Amino acid sequence: MRDPRQFGTLIGLVLLSAALWILTPHFLTVSNLVNVVEQTSINAIVAVGMTFVILSGGIDLSVGSIVALAGVVLGTSLQAGHPLTVALSLALAAGTACGLGNGALISWGGLPPFIVTLGTMSIARGAALLFTEGRPVSGFAASFRTLAIGRVGFVPAPVIAMAIVYAASHFVLTRTTFGRYVYAIGGNEEATRLSGVAVRFHKTMVYGVSGLMSAMAAVLLTARLNSAQPIAGINYELDAIAATVIGGTSLMGGEGTLGGTLVGALIMGVLRNGLNLLGVSSFLQQIVIGGVIVVAVLLDTVLKRKNRT
Amino acid sequence: MSDGARPPALQMRGIRKTFPGVVALDAVDLTVEAGDVHMLLGENGAGKSTLMKILGGAYRKDAGEILLNGVPVEISSPRDARNLGIRIIYQELNLVPHLSAGENIFLGDLPTRRFPGAIDWSALHDRTARLLTDLGMTLDPRAPVGSLGLAQRQMVEIAKALAASAKASASQAAADDAVPVSRQVKILVMDEPTSALTSKEVTQLFALIERLTARGVSIIYITHRLDEVFRIGRHITVMRDGRHVTTTPVGSVSVPELVRLMANRDLSDHFPKQRVERGAELLRVEGLTVRGVLSDISFSLHAGEVLGISGLLGAGRTELARAVAGADPFDEGRLLVAGAEKRFHSPADAIAHGIGLLPEDRKAQGLVPGLNVARNIALPHGRRLAPFGVLSRRCEAEMAGPVSRELRVKATATQAVRQLSGGNQQKVVLGKWLAGDGRIFIFDEPTRGVDVGAKVEIYNLMNRLTAGGAGIIMISSELPELLGMSDRILVMHRGRIHAELAGAEATEERVLSAALGLAS
Repeated sequence: MRDPRQFGTLIGLVLLSAALWILTPHFLTVSNLVNVVEQTSINAIVAVGMTFVILSGGIDLSVGSIVALAGVVLGTSLQAGHPLTVALSLALAAGTACGLGNGALISWGGLPPFIVTLGTMSIARGAALLFTEGRPVSGFAASFRTLAIGRVGFVPAPVIAMAIVYAASHFVLTRTTFGRYVYAIGGNEEATRLSGVAVRFHKTMVYGVSGLMSAMAAVLLTARLNSAQPIAGINYELDAIAATVIGGTSLMGGEGTLGGTLVGALIMGVLRNGLNLLGVSSFLQQIVIGGVIVVAVLLDTVLKRKNRT
Repeated sequence: MSDGARPPALQMRGIRKTFPGVVALDAVDLTVEAGDVHMLLGENGAGKSTLMKILGGAYRKDAGEILLNGVPVEISSPRDARNLGIRIIYQELNLVPHLSAGENIFLGDLPTRRFPGAIDWSALHDRTARLLTDLGMTLDPRAPVGSLGLAQRQMVEIAKALAASAKASASQAAADDAVPVSRQVKILVMDEPTSALTSKEVTQLFALIERLTARGVSIIYITHRLDEVFRIGRHITVMRDGRHVTTTPVGSVSVPELVRLMANRDLSDHFPKQRVERGAELLRVEGLTVRGVLSDISFSLHAGEVLGISGLLGAGRTELARAVAGADPFDEGRLLVAGAEKRFHSPADAIAHGIGLLPEDRKAQGLVPGLNVARNIALPHGRRLAPFGVLSRRCEAEMAGPVSRELRVKATATQAVRQLSGGNQQKVVLGKWLAGDGRIFIFDEPTRGVDVGAKVEIYNLMNRLTAGGAGIIMISSELPELLGMSDRILVMHRGRIHAELAGAEATEERVLSAALGLAS
């Protein structure tokens, strides 16, 4: 939190919450706040993967489709009567494999991340639809729903999952060589290569992380809906990119933090929640959220320009 | 101007230009007559390109004046220069490969039909064909530039520089005798136009230059090929260290004299070179070849030695450094480290064998600007610092601390290197390799863009490294530095080692002659 820009986003979140507190009595209640964080958890987890990717100088458009594919793998496996651990492993493996495939094509194939993940976006979605013939998969054992509705004290299970993912990912980004290389590759790929870092390997892993995060989000989403939908996760890539960018991560790579991304995801969640409480039409909500994204990035750019010179 | 004589086409007087920490041009004069072919000569970094960029409006001068036909003019943008009839053809061509020759030549000024504003293709091709004929070029106006050879692209670039505005002459097109070559072009600057041309193409280019000068166009011609000076030049201006040395008619000077004029400087700079007993062979390169770039390079580097590599831009120095350091692959040849043959598939392999590369362009290749000093220095050493991938809280700072103290990096360990001065940034790049246990260092332009104080510190560091048994390959465009710090100098010319000069026999003139491809 040394970077002053992050406080900017945090201040934005506080101001937004204060405004909603004044505007509606329903916002600042424990149950509503818990609800907001719970609603945010899925996007926040997908955004962790997106942050890794954007920090490394790339982009991942396939996260939403991977959520659908991993969810379908999970659902089908559960429906077939496999134990939960097997089903979870299969789902996480499927998501990670999609991500590693993206990464390998980008690193060794030398293709632009935009194109590769755009292709995977379509392929994974198509695979999910083909696999299920377009129908939702449901009928799971009741114990599975614990992942969505279970609570520790008053904290819902998805929020606990999100906290663990953020703590672990933050450790990886700040305290491991892998995390350091993610920043270095995004900051200057050639200098990093000339420093003897296995750039292609680490870039591939970055997309693997993104695929893994999408699969984790898929688990929570499937549990919440109590069914696996092949059309789940549409536009998740946009929400994840928005959370990352609002959180101050540079689209050029090399700069940003997971703390910022979490705040970015919460801003989006609070905004949606508040607009709902205020009864703003969902059409107008889209306009407001789009405006917030642009203004957040504009402020960030202006501040950066000031700091540089 | 007195006696009613015609004033020169171009006079640049007392031109001064400084960049942070460097005086690039100091009171430079240049006078070019109408119809002259004026050769502008000097070593790398003598200030030729900077002077031409000021003429072309790419840089703004700090002091001095520019007169065209005796009239003072203000050039503050490339557009100004263009409007004044000045055209510059830079070494790197600026063409759009997928567009045709005609489209490139008239880009931004394409003839259109009045309605509906579509491109008038027949007019475009007709204009292009007439322009090319007028310039004596045989080219298909419809051919995509990407499909043309280098010489032809050069022709397109020249035609583009000389083309009259399509719109301006469209209005007089009715007269049908519209001259496709702009009457407006008064001064044409060519920066090493023949570096990629075959001798036949060079002849074509020279014929074109003759035709242009016959029309009164003045040519300023930058080259490193001294034979060309005598083939087409009429006047010569020599620059050195950002100063004007002399201007003379071509006939009145010989090749050795020219070389002396380019090289001779007061050797007041002195270098803290300490000679060390030459030790065992650390590195041997045999027959290293990269097709089209390097041919059959062989040399060896010993412990305690600084091996200097000289050569003009494009001679293959940086390519050699990168091939040896595993950054680029090579086609043929072998590398032996301490007598054993090695194959490097990546920089990581070279680093594992104790080879560290300080790249030519520290911003693009040496540093991660957003990371702090300690993290940049520790970047190549992740595996050593964290065998299991987990970095302990202080380990990077502990590795970087002693190194940055030794190099006197004026910054804290947690400062982003983006905020550092050029000299301190360069020290951080050096620090990356000092923190390791490498014994072979390849320094590509180690003091470029570095202030004098930091330069001396870098020289002292080189002394400490050689005293400790390391070997250094130093590539430099600064001859005094190369002569002052090297034990031996290899001179490269067009991808080959043209000469090897031991410390005692190396003089500026001999190195420069060899770099120009002359017998040394």
